[in-house]
Amino acid sequence: MDVLVCLKRVPLAGGTLILTPDSKDIETKHLGFGISPHEENAVEAGVQLVEQMGGTLTLLTLGPPDAEEQLRTQLAIGATRAILLETDGQEWDPQGTAAALVDAINAEETKFDLIIFGAESADSAGYQIHVRVAHALNRPIITNVKAMKIENGTLSCDRVVSAGREHYEAPLPAIITVRDGLNIPRYPSVPGRMQARKKPIDMKKMQAHVPKLEKLYLTVAPSKSTGAEILGKGVEAVPALVEILKKIGTI
Amino acid sequence: MILVLIDHDRGELDQLSLQALTAARKLGQEVEAIVVGKDGASLATIVGQYGAKILHVAAHADLTDYTPMASGRALKDLVEKLKPAAVLAAGSPRGNEQLAHLAAFLDLPMAAECFEISLSSSADSPHKVSRSRWAGNLIEDAHVYSQLLIATIVAFSTEPESAAGPAASIVEFAPSLTPSDTQVRVMSRDAGDTGGGVTLADAKVIIAGGRGVGGSAGFAKIEELANLLGGAVGCSRVVTSSGWRPHKEQVGQTGTKVAPDLYLAAGISGAMQHIAGMKNSKTIIVVNTDPEAPIFKYADYAIIGDLHQILPALTAAIREATREAKA
Ligand SMILES: Cc1cc2nc3c(=O)[nH]c(=O)nc-3n(C[C@H](O)[C@H](O)[C@H](O)COP(=O)(O)OP(=O)(O)OC[C@H]3O[C@@H](n4cnc5c(N)ncnc54)[C@H](O)[C@@H]3O)c2cc1C
Ligand SMILES: Nc1ncnc2c1ncn2[C@@H]1O[C@H](COP(=O)(O)O)[C@@H](O)[C@H]1O
Repeated sequence: MDVLVCLKRVPLAGGTLILTPDSKDIETKHLGFGISPHEENAVEAGVQLVEQMGGTLTLLTLGPPDAEEQLRTQLAIGATRAILLETDGQEWDPQGTAAALVDAINAEETKFDLIIFGAESADSAGYQIHVRVAHALNRPIITNVKAMKIENGTLSCDRVVSAGREHYEAPLPAIITVRDGLNIPRYPSVPGRMQARKKPIDMKKMQAHVPKLEKLYLTVAPSKSTGAEILGKGVEAVPALVEILKKIGTI
Repeated sequence: MILVLIDHDRGELDQLSLQALTAARKLGQEVEAIVVGKDGASLATIVGQYGAKILHVAAHADLTDYTPMASGRALKDLVEKLKPAAVLAAGSPRGNEQLAHLAAFLDLPMAAECFEISLSSSADSPHKVSRSRWAGNLIEDAHVYSQLLIATIVAFSTEPESAAGPAASIVEFAPSLTPSDTQVRVMSRDAGDTGGGVTLADAKVIIAGGRGVGGSAGFAKIEELANLLGGAVGCSRVVTSSGWRPHKEQVGQTGTKVAPDLYLAAGISGAMQHIAGMKNSKTIIVVNTDPEAPIFKYADYAIIGDLHQILPALTAAIREATREAKA
């Protein structure tokens, strides 16, 4: 079983977002970087498949040279090797990204049985790179997977919808996109981190790309919040809260 | 002409599609709609009411349930025939997926999750869109270089407005499906584990805990309060990724989006990805030791303090108050 996971380096923004002076990006001076939760689940799924069935797990990303940091972290939880398609740091549009990933996949000797994506990227959330790759590689794609198993070369997956679960099947080789909750991603161990330092990463420099979906600038969405009325500190404030619950009809 | 994909589940309308129809009308052109699968033909009345003159029905023996790549093919066939200026759909998992298949078939750009669209006025200038990033916390203004604009409309950005139109006239067509188009489709479904209790999405009251709860044992206090108020337990991602609670209880961007009458967040800092899932709650109450936590900005009422003392005291006080009320 040879598995490929595609992931994207993104800033780990949780609180207030601050933009760069040209309003083109998030100011990342004071932020760490990571990958989307969905992609953490993708890597964990890949590690589990290789643990159960043998084979290899390859990571693929298009991003700045610093994306090596994210690849090393994910190599530390059990991937075999990684491919970094180096850009100059500008974000590529979905079509350009998909085309670059497809070229890289086609250039590999390994014919991956399963390619796993996140359902959407944490920052740009275009909901499409995986579908484009599936079309270019002529493979079936099942999206938003929350449970999966492989039996006799058939992939069966569940997608959670408001009314319950939908069940899908596809023959391998195939592509899936996974969602947070598929599994609980493990943390890298100290020995894992040591080994990861020596695992191979193939670097390839990419030529600048002309986007068809061209980001002009970003703005921070206005928040309608006014701030909370502070009822007090500690248990002394509980009676005031009970009065609120009566007022809004909860009790 | 603007073509809108109306999503449905075996004939049952996806309400978000009405928002897409409303957004399409604002572009000042004729609006036509498409449903994939014969079951969708039953939607001609409502689709017409919301402003589409024609409902194109992609009919095929293999199209009996959701089949995303086939939707892409049907859209492609229709786009090539009718040459619309834009194809729109709801910014839902299904809307985004089906239009992504169309965009992949045509190798054209797609702008997902748009708040606003302005179509280009000439063939060689781009379309302009404003789209959602970071779960709606950032708005991206972008140019789309393509004659045909393919875009989805971010959920709840437009109220559906009726155009009081007559039922759309139905035009059936047979999409040119290949075997690979219908390979991936819903094979079966199950209702999921409702477990008897209130589900997160339907709950009127949600008591949610975060890292501040400290572990799975600490959630007993959250559960007790939730049970007392007939509500459900929610949690942050730190909680699910630590294995303290199941993922189905996670609220937020990658969990469930909720809008209960009361959302009580205890030991949750209020990261934007959590806020994205609960900000539409009617009343938000916060219990947190740190008055600087971002969640205070989004709350209506707050108590500063240790949830391990406050929640049991609150539970006791509510029991007392309801006993008094009964007596
Ligand atoms: C793409 C993406 C998607 C994400 N999706 C989600 C999502 O769907 N849902 C989600 O929740 N997160 C999501 N996250 C993660 C999110 O960014 C935060 O990491 C997470 O929400 C933080 O959880 P928390 O508030 O429980 O923990 P923390 O941020 O650690 O906050 C803990 C809070 O508890 C308070 N506290 C500590 N002890 C006590 C006590 N005894 N009494 C009272 N208060 C106490 C602290 O003051 C602090 O405010 C996502 C992240 C990314 C990048
Ligand atoms: N730059 C990238 N390099 C590799 N994979 C990517 C990149 N951007 C996005 N992806 C993958 O494509 C998925 C969907 O991204 P998107 O279409 O932007 O929502 C992500 O969850 C990743 O798995």
